[in-house]
Amino acid sequence: MNIAVCVKQIPDPATPYDLDDDNHWVVRPNDQVLDDTDRVGVEVGLQLAEATEGTVTLVSMSPSGSLQGIRQALAMGADKAVIIDDDTLKGSDALTTARILSAAIDREEFDVVVAGGESTDGYTGVVPQMMSEMLDVPCLSFARKVDVDDGIVTIERQTASGYEVVTSKLPALLAVTAGIVEPRYPTFKGIMQAKSKPVETLTASDLGVEPDVGQRVTEVADVASREAGDIVEDDGEAYLKIVELLEQTKVI
Amino acid sequence: MAVWVFAEELEGLPTEGSLELLAKGRSLGEVAAFYVGAGSDDAFAALGEHGATTVYHLDPGDALPSAGVAAAFAEILRAEGGKVVLFGPGNIDRDVAGRLAARLGKPVLAGALDIDVSDGVTVRSEILGGAKSVSTVVTDGSPALIVTRPKAFEAASVGGGTPTVVSVVMPDVGRSSATITERHVEASEGPDLEAASVVVSGGRGLGSAEGFEMMNELAGLLGGAVGGTRAVVDAGWVPYSYQIGQTGKTVKPQVYIACAISGAMQHAVGMKGASTIIAINKDPDAPIFALADLGVVGDVHKVIPQLIEALKAR
Repeated sequence: MNIAVCVKQIPDPATPYDLDDDNHWVVRPNDQVLDDTDRVGVEVGLQLAEATEGTVTLVSMSPSGSLQGIRQALAMGADKAVIIDDDTLKGSDALTTARILSAAIDREEFDVVVAGGESTDGYTGVVPQMMSEMLDVPCLSFARKVDVDDGIVTIERQTASGYEVVTSKLPALLAVTAGIVEPRYPTFKGIMQAKSKPVETLTASDLGVEPDVGQRVTEVADVASREAGDIVEDDGEAYLKIVELLEQTKVI
Repeated sequence: MAVWVFAEELEGLPTEGSLELLAKGRSLGEVAAFYVGAGSDDAFAALGEHGATTVYHLDPGDALPSAGVAAAFAEILRAEGGKVVLFGPGNIDRDVAGRLAARLGKPVLAGALDIDVSDGVTVRSEILGGAKSVSTVVTDGSPALIVTRPKAFEAASVGGGTPTVVSVVMPDVGRSSATITERHVEASEGPDLEAASVVVSGGRGLGSAEGFEMMNELAGLLGGAVGGTRAVVDAGWVPYSYQIGQTGKTVKPQVYIACAISGAMQHAVGMKGASTIIAINKDPDAPIFALADLGVVGDVHKVIPQLIEALKAR
């Protein structure tokens, strides 16, 4: 099976990111890491590939920089990567991102496309759905369990009150939830092999996509934060303070 | 039609989220609802009472709604026009909004907390866990597709009469189609998390699934509901329906009790609207304390049992 996994390199979430003053875009450092939600997507892709003797191709739109995040995913076991690195794509919205990623995926026959639910740094949460439409495949989103058998994919799809079982033919796009699998850690061998795995770099025009953004940020302002309350160290009787506050709020 | 609201059905009636969107939609102009579900006179009457003058009704049956609903909705929008289309934050909303955007070649503006149509279409959202407010204008013409945050607006009955109902057929979407073969409800005890006046919520610091036993007990004593962070859902301690935060539910209870929750921004966006926040955490530097009206630096395994005993003794 040919499996494409969409991944994103993002600024390290442990360090707060900046927005540039002119365009309000996220300032992207040269060293970016693999988005945590994408490690889950890579793991799902690898498990499907292992079960079917398939290949996993990473597809990513971002300034490639040091490729640190992409190498992390290759070290987990992905076979190769396609990066779309193009200055004209700076400040792209979800629709442009989806156009680029689906054009890159559509260059080859694919059986399954795997995407994370939403990126940690942008969280529009609709790119997989847009890609599904562009690729004319079912969007099996919010998947918390996946089975592929004989050209049929079956998922458990999270709903507000439980889950549904959803099934379709391949090809299909899977947008997975964070808890679906435990991503593996790269082995030393994996890390060494990742250095020589093929990474292809493309531009928007290579894919015939004209970047076109239909929205513009006009203002970014600070939001007033909540007033700080009382912080007490538990001396064995802090629960009494909680009881007191619950009484004040009349919930007891 | 100026304003479109994407509305869904739950147990025979429009969801609360759909009614919230209708209230906002009505403040922007005349509203048509695109209603997905089995449909009934009661459901259409509820949509009318909350402000829809026209209802386009599509029953997807056992088809996964996204592709077919987006295809049908796109045809209607092309024929009827519209300035904005409002979606809720739910799974079907996102599926339809994304596919519709691709069909129409229009952007989706997500995370909307407010919408202004007086001069073009401007959407206000928040980023960085609510630390910054962002205004975004749509520069790509109509319709503007907008995905809202949960509970951004309040539902209001406006006493509207029975709307005009137009029946829409689910189109064949060929290889984009998928089928729902089973539906399961994972019931949680006690009141609905999103409607509860007290929410007791647990984080990874509870240590194990067993830690939720005392969460249940405390919530029971307070007539509240139990929630959790993404970490505890990912760990399998509680089902996804408990998850509060960016990729889960948004709650605005009278009192929110955060137990062993650090307060990462992804969690904060789902609970910072609570009237009173009580936090218990071992780490005095946990970000949750910046949100708390009362913060207790201590061990939940000591403080919560003491609190439970004190409440039982009353």
